[in-house]
Amino acid sequence: MSSFDAVPVWAALLVGACLVIGAAITLAGTIGLARFGTFYQRIHAPTLGSSFGTGFVLLASMLFFSVTETRPVLHELLILVFVIVTTPVTLMLLARAALYRDRAEGNDVFPEPAAPPDGAGPEQNEPPR
Amino acid sequence: MSTIILTVAILFAELLLGAALCVACWRLLKGPRAQDRVLALDSLYLTAMLLFLTFGISSGQTLYFEAALVIGLLSFVSTAALAKFLMRGEVIE
Amino acid sequence: MRRVLAHPLLWLALFAMWLLLARSLAPGQMLLAAIVASIGSWAASAVEAPQPRLRRPGLVVKLVGRVLADIVVSNIAVLKLALGRREPRSKFVAIPLELRDPNGLAVLASIITATPGSAWINYNARTDTVLVHVLDTEDGDAWGQALKRTYESLLLEIFR
Repeated sequence: MSSFDAVPVWAALLVGACLVIGAAITLAGTIGLARFGTFYQRIHAPTLGSSFGTGFVLLASMLFFSVTETRPVLHELLILVFVIVTTPVTLMLLARAALYRDRAEGNDVFPEPAAPPDGAGPEQNEPPR
Repeated sequence: MSTIILTVAILFAELLLGAALCVACWRLLKGPRAQDRVLALDSLYLTAMLLFLTFGISSGQTLYFEAALVIGLLSFVSTAALAKFLMRGEVIE
Repeated sequence: MRRVLAHPLLWLALFAMWLLLARSLAPGQMLLAAIVASIGSWAASAVEAPQPRLRRPGLVVKLVGRVLADIVVSNIAVLKLALGRREPRSKFVAIPLELRDPNGLAVLASIITATPGSAWINYNARTDTVLVHVLDTEDGDAWGQALKRTYESLLLEIFR
């Protein structure tokens, strides 16, 4: 472990707080992943880590390197942009795949409406598996 | 002073992220279906990426940033490919 | 040349990406960044990516602000559900949409999925209906109406 004496105390407090908050939010997201009952509920959980968890950890990293290198370090923004753009895409693909598999097995969680519905289709909770 | 603060905070963050890895692994092993496992793998990738960024802060090197970026890219490609596989049963049509 | 500059936003994004990765503003890196951005932009026009046409760019700022605020609120709500004892009242909601622009739909899908409390499941192009899974809501129809009021109306104005 290297020495961080060159870092001012305010920066150390800020970096430490951001790191711990980001890590805690990511942990909460995976706990949700483990606790929620159905797949469609579980798909919401990792978004916690990919929105605020990643945001806080990257903020900590940007602050830390900006202070230690005494110039703005912004390349972490690339990871942030990348995660923001890709997470919805992968989750959508996965949700569609899950829906397709459920429908193919005749285990229809939400039946396709035959005609354009005026309002919303029948509401129903997914039956517990 | 700042050494103590940062050392403790980094250690604590690493423990939290390690716990997150274990919880995601539990879901990966338990399933029950393939899509649950892929979802768990995706959050495993994300947590590993954040862990690498934390290592980067603790070592003071920007080398870990590149590793985190590569993990992020791999996570996207592999999850997209696996979702495609679940959809049709084959990756290349 | 027209194909190279057919996607100015993509060109700028790729240029910025290269300079951030190289971590320098040296003229040589700028030249390389311009080459990479031009190749990427040319590739995008070669695969005929639909060109986004922003009619009201000023509204994008409003949209981003609203999305950030919603993500904060939704993060806290999902955090409570993940750690608390209450069972989430999750529902599938089918929402008929007036938005037809593919870029607008892509933005709407990303917004809904990036917000932790909701996930875009499937879009039916035949009936122009989207299936959204909401993690915790009492009234699915009211949730869908609120989504149409806040986001769809804004996106309809931005993408025409």
